[in-house]
Amino acid sequence: MAFQIIEGCVNCWACEPLCPSGAIFAATPHFQIDAKKCTECEGDFAEPQCASICPVEGVILDGLGVPANPPGSLTGIPPERMAAAMAEIQAR
Amino acid sequence: MALKVLSHDEGAPVGGCAASGCGSSTDRLAHLPEAIRAKVNNHPCFSEDAHHHYARMHVAVAPACNIQCHYCNRKYDCSNESRPGVVSEVLTPDQAVKKVMAVAAAIPQMTVLGIAGPGDPLANPARTLETFRQLSEKAPDIKLCVSTNGLALPAVVDELCKHNIEHVTITINCVDPDVGAKIYPWIFWNNRRIKGRRAAEILIEQQQKGLEMLVARGVLVKVNSVLIPGVNDEHLKEVSRVVKAKGAFLHNVMPLIAEAEHGTFYGIMGQRGPTTEELQSLQDSCAGDMAMMRHCRQCRADAVGMLGEDRGHEFTLDKIEHLDIDYAEAMVRRAEVHSTIEANRAAQRQRTGETFVSLASLQRKIPVKPEPRPVLMAVATTGGGVIDQHFGHAREFLVYEASSQDVRFIGVRKVDQYCSGDATCGDAETALQKTLRALAGCEVVLCSRIGYEPWGQLEAAGIAPNGEHALEPIEEAVAAVYRELAESGRLDQAIPEPQRMSA
Ligand code: SF4
Ligand code: SF4
Ligand code: SF4
Repeated sequence: MAFQIIEGCVNCWACEPLCPSGAIFAATPHFQIDAKKCTECEGDFAEPQCASICPVEGVILDGLGVPANPPGSLTGIPPERMAAAMAEIQAR
Repeated sequence: MALKVLSHDEGAPVGGCAASGCGSSTDRLAHLPEAIRAKVNNHPCFSEDAHHHYARMHVAVAPACNIQCHYCNRKYDCSNESRPGVVSEVLTPDQAVKKVMAVAAAIPQMTVLGIAGPGDPLANPARTLETFRQLSEKAPDIKLCVSTNGLALPAVVDELCKHNIEHVTITINCVDPDVGAKIYPWIFWNNRRIKGRRAAEILIEQQQKGLEMLVARGVLVKVNSVLIPGVNDEHLKEVSRVVKAKGAFLHNVMPLIAEAEHGTFYGIMGQRGPTTEELQSLQDSCAGDMAMMRHCRQCRADAVGMLGEDRGHEFTLDKIEHLDIDYAEAMVRRAEVHSTIEANRAAQRQRTGETFVSLASLQRKIPVKPEPRPVLMAVATTGGGVIDQHFGHAREFLVYEASSQDVRFIGVRKVDQYCSGDATCGDAETALQKTLRALAGCEVVLCSRIGYEPWGQLEAAGIAPNGEHALEPIEEAVAAVYRELAESGRLDQAIPEPQRMSA
C-alpha cells in the first residue's frame, strides 16, 4: 500500500526531505509519491511523515484512498463550526 | 553640542554620535553597547540611517516550513519575511552563492545577505548552512543573517555560530500559548504534527530558548511581530518587555496583511489588519520599552537592491550562470565604495547637526510659551537620504515626526497597503485617494514636485504640500519646515480637528 499526493498540493517541499524511503519527488503540476517506494513509514516512524507536515487539507491520501488530513483537521475548525468561527474573527 | 567628524575605520562610528539632532538612528541605538552599534551601523534593515546608503539581498534556498501561521498561504513565500503573494525561484546553495557574488560585484552597496525563506530557513538546515558556509569562505566582506520562526533554532544555534552569523531575526507573535493557539494551528515537532495550545506552547518555548542561546553567544537578535487586531495587539507590549529583558536589540512590529485573494486562513475568514493609527500607537507604546524598527518595508525574500526597490530581475539564474566573477577584484572596488559612502554619511550628519543646534536655541528663546506640538511629515524619496521624488510617483512615503527636540523617523507608509478591505475601499478609489489615506495624520508632505490636482486635494485634506526643499537632505528639510511652522505660531494649538477624524 502507498500514500498518494493529489491535486491541491502547493509544491511547498515540506514533505520531500522527510520521507524515509525517498519516495517523494518534485513533478509537474505537483509533487508525487512513487508507489513502489512508499512504505507508509512502517518501521521508521509512528506516523506517516508526509501527511504529518503537509499544510494543505485533503491533498495526501492514505493507502485506502482516504484523505489523511480531512477538512477542518488543519485549521482546527470543523466544517460545522465554520460560520460561527468566521463571525467571531470578523468581530475583532 | 559640537559634532566631531567620526572615524570610520571599520565602517563603525567610534564613540557614536553625540549631537541631539544627529540622524535618529544613532540616538535610538544609544543605549546599546559599542560592539552592537558597530555591527548595526552598516545594516540597511537595522540602522535607519544606513538604509539610505546600503543594500541587502535575500536568497531563496529554503522552501520547507515546519509550522503553520494563520496569515500564511504556503503556496507563496513566508509571510513573516516577505510581502504576501510573492513566489520566489528556489535556488540550490551553489546557485545562491553564485547569485550573491554576482550581485555583490555589480552592486557594491550590497553589504548584507539574508536567508528568509521562502519557508523557514532552519527547517531546511542543510541548505541554509551550506549557503552560509560557502559565503563566509568566498565573500568574507558580506554580512550574513537569517530569519526564522524559532522552532528549530535551539537545535542549530551552535552550527549557525560556526559560520559567524551576525544577525538572527525571530518572528515572535506571542509569549502566551492561549494567544498563540489563535495564530498557529499546528507545528511539526519530533516527527509528529502537534495541534492547538500545546503546539503554541512548544513553539514559544523554543523561540525563547533560541533567543537566550543566541544572546549568550553574542549574536544580534531582532524580533519581528505581526500585529493582529483582537488577537495579540495588547499582548505585544508584553512580548516587547520579555524579548528586551532577554537581550533582543530591536523589536519590529509589522501590520498583518490579510486579503481573501491571498488565500490565507485569516484572509478567508475575514480577519482585519490594523489601521495606520493602531499600528503607530502600538509602536509608540512599545518604543519606550526598546529600540523599535519602524522603517521596515517587509522586503521580499529574493529582493535585490536598496530597500524598497527591487532589482531581482537583473540577476536571474540564466543571466548569472555563465558569469565568471573575480571576487578578489570586486572586493577592492567594494571597499572603495564603502569608504565613499561613509564619508558622505559623516558629512550629512554634520549638516543635520547644525540645523538642530539652531532648533534648540529657538526653543530656549521662548521659554514662557508652551512648547510647540510635534508634527508628522511625509517625505517622497527614492533613497539616499534626500527629497528627490515626484509626489505622483511615490509608492511609499517616509514619515518623520518633528518636535522642538529632534526629528525622528517614524515609519514607512505604503500607498497600496493601506487599502484596508472591501467595506472601506472599493475599486472606485483612485490612486490619489489611496495616497491620502496612507498620509492620514501627516500635516505636511515634502516632495520634489507635485501636480496641480493633488495639490488642491491635499490642501483640502489638511496636508500642506511642499516642493521647496527638493534635493535637500530629509532631516534638514523637515527641521526647516518645522521651524517655519513653529515661528508662525501655528503649532501652539492642538492638532486641527480634520486630521484626527480621517482614518
Ligand atoms: S507515507 Fe512515509 S514512506 Fe510513504 S511517501 Fe509519505 S513519508 Fe514517504
Ligand atoms: S507537503 Fe503537501 S503541499 Fe507541500 S509539497 Fe508535499 S504534498 Fe505538496
Ligand atoms: S513561518 Fe513563514 S512560511 Fe512558515 S507558516 Fe509561518 S509565515 Fe508561512
